[in-house]
Formats: sequence, C-alpha cells, structure tokens
Amino acid sequence: MIKLIPRVENSKAMVLLSPLLALTLTAVSALIIFIFILDDIKVSSVFFTLFVLPLTDSYLFPELLVKAAPLMIIGLGLSIGFRAGIWNIGAEGQYVIGGITGGAVGLYFYNVEGFWLLPLMAVAAIVGGMLYASIAAFLRIRYQVNEILVTLMLTYVAVLLLSAMLQGPLRNPAGFNFPESRMFHDSALLPIIWEGTRLHIGFILAIILSFVGWFGIKKHMFGMQIKISGSAPRAAKFAGFDDNKTVWYSLLISGGLAGLAGFFEASGPAGQLTPGLPQFYGFTAIIVAFLARLHPIGILFSSLLIALSYVGGEEVQIEYNLPSSITQIFQGMLLFYFLACDILIRYKVVFNKTKN
Amino acid sequence: MKYQLEVSNITKSYGDLKANDGVSLNIKDSSIHALLGENGAGKSTLVKIIYGSLMPDHGEMKWGGSKYSPKSPFEARENGIAMVFQHFSLFESLTVEENIILGLDGVGLNENFTEEISKYSKQYGLDVNPQQVVGDLSVGARQRVEIIRCLLQNPKLLIMDEPTSVLTPQEVSDLFVTLKKLADDGCAILYISHKLEEVREICSEATILRGGQLVQSCVPQEHSQKELAEMMIGKKLTELARSKINIGSDIFSINNLSQKSDDLYGVDLENINLNIKQGSIVGIAGVAGNGQDELMELLIGEKASESGVLNFNDQDIGSLNSHERRQLSMFFVPEERLGHGAVPDMSLDENMLLSRPNSDEMTNRGVIDWNIVSSFTEKVISNFDVQTPSSRMLAKSLSGGNLQKFMVGRELIRSPELLIVSQPTWGVDAGSANNIHQSLISLADKGSAILIISQDLDEILSLCEQIHVLSEGQLSDAVDMKKNGLEKISQLMVGGEN
Repeated sequence: MIKLIPRVENSKAMVLLSPLLALTLTAVSALIIFIFILDDIKVSSVFFTLFVLPLTDSYLFPELLVKAAPLMIIGLGLSIGFRAGIWNIGAEGQYVIGGITGGAVGLYFYNVEGFWLLPLMAVAAIVGGMLYASIAAFLRIRYQVNEILVTLMLTYVAVLLLSAMLQGPLRNPAGFNFPESRMFHDSALLPIIWEGTRLHIGFILAIILSFVGWFGIKKHMFGMQIKISGSAPRAAKFAGFDDNKTVWYSLLISGGLAGLAGFFEASGPAGQLTPGLPQFYGFTAIIVAFLARLHPIGILFSSLLIALSYVGGEEVQIEYNLPSSITQIFQGMLLFYFLACDILIRYKVVFNKTKN
Repeated sequence: MKYQLEVSNITKSYGDLKANDGVSLNIKDSSIHALLGENGAGKSTLVKIIYGSLMPDHGEMKWGGSKYSPKSPFEARENGIAMVFQHFSLFESLTVEENIILGLDGVGLNENFTEEISKYSKQYGLDVNPQQVVGDLSVGARQRVEIIRCLLQNPKLLIMDEPTSVLTPQEVSDLFVTLKKLADDGCAILYISHKLEEVREICSEATILRGGQLVQSCVPQEHSQKELAEMMIGKKLTELARSKINIGSDIFSINNLSQKSDDLYGVDLENINLNIKQGSIVGIAGVAGNGQDELMELLIGEKASESGVLNFNDQDIGSLNSHERRQLSMFFVPEERLGHGAVPDMSLDENMLLSRPNSDEMTNRGVIDWNIVSSFTEKVISNFDVQTPSSRMLAKSLSGGNLQKFMVGRELIRSPELLIVSQPTWGVDAGSANNIHQSLISLADKGSAILIISQDLDEILSLCEQIHVLSEGQLSDAVDMKKNGLEKISQLMVGGEN
C-alpha cells in the first residue's frame, strides 16, 4: 500500500524537483498520446518540433519570447492577487480593455509624431485595465459580490465592446468596412529589439517588471500585507492591515498589468486593433502564475515554458496537420502534473509493506 | 489489583529524537490517573500510541489483561477508549448535534441525539445548545461539546487532555463530580493536566514524564505542588513576586463602552468601565463566551469604537487601527495563536513583522531589512527560551507553548507602556507558564501597565492587583479581595449579582 505522510518541514529538494518531475511526466504522457495518434516514424520528429525547434529555430525562438511577454506581465499581476486570495479570473477582459484604451489614444493621435505617444498609450492602457478591474473591487467591497464571477463575466463584455468599437468609432475609415482599426503609425508602434523579428521592447519591460514584482513581494511590507491577508485574514486585522485596501491593490495591479499587456499586443505584433486581439493570454496567465507557485521570478520561466507550448503547438499544426488542441492538452497536463507533484513538498510517499 | 491498561517499555523515535524512551504506565480499574509533563515530554506521543493513532517502535500494551496493539483510533474506540483532545476536532459550520453524531462510529446523520445530549449535558453540568452552530461557540463551549461526544460512547478509559483550562471553578468542580462518578462506575480516566492542585485533588496516581523518559510514578497527594512541578521541569521554579509595585497615574481607560455584536450568537457589551494605572496588572476573569472576544477585538482595534470610549494617555484612540495603536506603545497578545496572533504558514521572521510599530529599524519606508528582522526574532527566541531550530521555522511547526512564548516575547521586547494579553498561558505547560508570568511581572515592575483577560482564575489571582469579572457582556467593579474575594469572583463568573 502507498501512503502519504505529512512532512514535519517542507522539503527543500522537492521544491526544486517537483517541477522537473512534472515536466518529465508531461513529456512522457505526451509521448504516449503521440504514439497512439501518430505513425511511429513521425513521433520523434513531432516531439522535436514541439519541444526543441522553438528553442533553436531563428524564427520561432523570438516568436516564443513575443508570446511570453504578455503572459509574464499578466501572470505577475494575477499572482499578487492570488497571494491575497483575490481571484481575478478576468484578466483577459482587462487585457482587451487595455488594448482598446491604449490603442484608441494611438489612433486619436494618428500620424502625430512624438516620443511621448507610446508612454501616453501605456498609461491609458494601464488606467483602462485598472478601471475595468475596479468594477469588481467596488462590487466586492460594497456588496460582497464574488470577484471571480464579476471579472469572468466582464471578459465577455470586454470582447463585445472591442467588436463594437471596431465596427464603430475605431474602424479604419479606408478599410472597406472590415472591423479593424487603422494600422498604427510608427510613433505608436513599440520599438523592435531584435532586427528582423517581431520581438519588441515589451519583453524587456516584462523582465524588469518581474524583478520589481519580486522586490515588492519579498522585500517590502506590501508583499507581507498581501501574503498575510491571503493566508490569515484575522492576523491581517491584528497587524492593522486594511482588508479593503488589499482588495483594491490586488485588483488594480492585476488589472493595470493586464491592460498594459493588451497594449503591448496591439502596438507590438498586431500593429492595429483587430477582433483577434484576445488570445486567451489572460486565462493562460492563470496557469503561468500557478506553475510558478505565484513567485515573480518563477513566472519569468513558466511564461517561457507556456509560450514554448504555444509556438511548438502551432508549428506541429502547420507541419504535421495536428489539431490545435495539442497546445491545450499540453498546458492542461502540465498544470495537472504540476499541482499533483507539489504534494510531494508537503507529504512524503511511504510504501507500506505490512498488510492491513 | 487489576489493571485496565498496562503499558510497558514503550519506545517511539522520530529520526534521532526519542519521543518516548522505555515508558511504562499502569492504569488501575476505576481510577483517575494523571499524566504530567512539560510540552515535548512525550505525553502526546504516549497518548497517541494508546489511542491508536501512532504505532510504537518497541514495547507492548495490555488492555483488560490481554494483548492490545491498536492500529487506528477506530480500533481504540471499539475497545472503549475515548479521548477529549486539547485541540478540538469540530466542524465549525455544523451544529453541536451534528458534530457529536459525526464523532460517533456507525451512526447516521439523520438520527436524533438531542435528548441524549441534553441528558448528558444536564447530568454533568456541560451546558450546550445542541442546535447551535459550533463556529459561533466560545472555546469553553466547544470543549464541552467534545466532552459530551466522548461520554456518549460509554468509554472504559477516558483520556482527557488539559480538560479544565477553560472552565470556571464551579464548572471544574462539577466536572470533577462527573469524573469521580465515571470512575466509580468503572471507567478509568487518564488525566493530562499541568494544573497540579487539580491533579492532587482528584487523581489517585500520577505518572511524570520528562524528555521522553519516565521520571516517576507516584501518589500526587504525597508530594507538594512545587515538588511535582519541579519533578516535571527538572529544575527549581521561580517564585512569582512583584519586586516593587509602583502604581503611577492613569494610562488607559474604557468609558461607558457598549457595543452590539454583529454575530447572532455573539455577546453584546454593555456599559463597560475600566481604569488602568501605570505599573499595575489588571485582570479580567470570566468564562469564555461572555464577551472576551468582542472586548479584545475593540481593544486591539480590529474594530473601531465610538469616540470618547477608549482613552490612552489622554488620547482618544477609538478610531485608530491596531498598527496606529502600536505607534502609541500599546501592544497586544490575542488568544488564538494560529491564524490570529501568528500566521501558521509563515516563518517566525515573517511573523515578527505582524506587530511591528513604524518606529523600529526592521523596515525603512516599507522596505524590509530581513537581517534586522532576524536579529529581533533571535532576540525573542533567546530571551524567552523559545524552543526552535531557527527563526526560519514556520509558526505552525512550533508547539503551542513555544509559539505562545514567541508571541508574548514579540510584544514584550517592545517594552510596551500598555500590554493587553488574552489567555497568556492557555495550553502552555507549567515551566513555560512560569516563564511567561515572570516576564509579565518584570514588565509591570518597570512601570508598564498590563491588562490580562483570562479564564484561568489561578493565573489572575497570582498576578493581578485589580480584578474584574466579565459576565454576559458586563464588567464588574474591581473585586475587593480582602472581603471574601474568591467567593465574590465565583458568584460573578456564573452571572451572580454585581
């Protein structure tokens, strides 16, 4: 019989080993699935395309970084709220609103040159995301409405708002009635940091933000407030923390960062506002945050890993005609195994030979 | 003489630590047997082995003369061993009756136990309302539920872990009547307690453990309280005495405090008045659930009170939160350790930051200097003899007594002008309690004021110069101890005339 026995102390080795174990299990499971759905010969090459090619190919690798940036930024914001026990599930909505508000500023100043435009768009995007998330904060504090429901439902509102905007005020006047905005002019586009690719400055900012987040969480009383409020609300009151402020901080930060990510997507790889702006980054970032155990630096790595699954998944779709759900299967398995393996940090497995 | 339970040479190790090292214990039929020892002496391990939740490495047990080696608490209960734990295993969202039913083996939730519960409740003076939700009950009432739950199983051996720490003197003597009656009816009782006068009153035998080893089995009446305590801790106890009582001017007052409770089963506080002077130790006695939690919440500042009600050094502090009150040098130790006074899943270092005033060096504009935090923690650990491998240990990994020492020490190193403590030694062993009491006294000797809210009357009597009783949300005037004080307090505690 196999038994789980609680450890006296969390295992430090397992903190590091469990993600590796989860990765291995995911890879093995993926292999088994491929063996069932593919001809034997192709398995190794599909595997290669899925997991290795995105890291080695000079076109795919920068694409991986492009996709990691929004995941990193949104995941960071969400992790702060999750630590406090504030469940913002609708980062996708705040991301879309940030795209709209940031993009709208760019379109308003269409063909106006100036270095100030990008920062202005970024601020507009952050404020947009914050305002959108603050609806949930207000409803939770004032009427005890669950923020999970509010943020999730507002996502659909945001997506519809985007398409209303693209068929109305933000539509390209010379765009044959397609529901798309104008292409942003140069001053409204994020500078490319890797010549010949789509990798933009947002990636650098995402990394900087991760370190800022790490500092805030580990080295500042703000992080303590968030953590204490999440794990022991009465102790938070004892410490004198205002629980309403914790709700506001959590939702404003996660909303603002999601908004910023929306702007990066619009002004980066997309270069305009289209109905294709929502890419499920807001939802995938939930996985990113949990894979990193809500650790800001961990999110740096987990967002790269999830981005790998996106890029690799797309590549096997194109090359081997595999279904697009490969990516989701991979992400789902990864999260599943990861959460399962995490139990080894707090419990040890004992093989009990005695019969009962 | 027939033994109900014979335990011989039990050894149980956790890694290098021998929690029990060749411990033997014999419990006679129909006897009340005390198990004494400090935290970490191995009492819990021994009891867990008897109750079937742990298996010993060596040694054997006999139950009613035949070999007994329970593999689970279920098996122990089937044999007729019941246990009242110190840390309750109750579901907060369920009613008293549902909780009691869930604790019985082989009984469905649809069965009706209301009558039986009231029967035991009346018979043993264990006052509970079967339909009340446990989450709304005080610590004291929760323990009464646990005791009734065990009695319903008609046990042959009842294990009681610190059962009286939350009862009034009247309830304690009622419980003793119960226990004696149970013993007369043939049920042996294993009584774990650190209250030595109780042990001397009702137990016919005592087994004393220290550091996992058997110190002695003796008849408690043949030794003085002090001798028993010193056998337990293995060193001499300090006598509690104020070196100099230096009462100064008023420092804190509560004026006409009335507060309706938000909670259906909470207690409304009515017209509370209290005055505390510098250098004095003031005690509020009373049974749990009479408004202690509600009062503490207002005193800490977790809830704001009306203006003019709370005054500290001539400043109205009613609207200040706990952090702001700490800036004024008011500090607090709440009753609940895990989840209130300390965050279970955080290290001691991190917990150090919970009650930090802005004026210290641990943070600078909110940026934490973890080295300084650790040095503060280390200071608490060494000054207050907190047993822990390091300041990075999680709060929940410490035993109750050690965590309590940490929490009291954390506030004491601030040298507060006013310290408000609730239940400073609940569930804490004699040696640690002695330490905590000693440090409270020396704080007061230096001129600080202390308010102690406690259900442990002995504690209040031995520490406080000014004693009030909280009953049904009302606070009595200070009791004049020279005129039948103890009797007066007992009356007030059960809701007698003010």
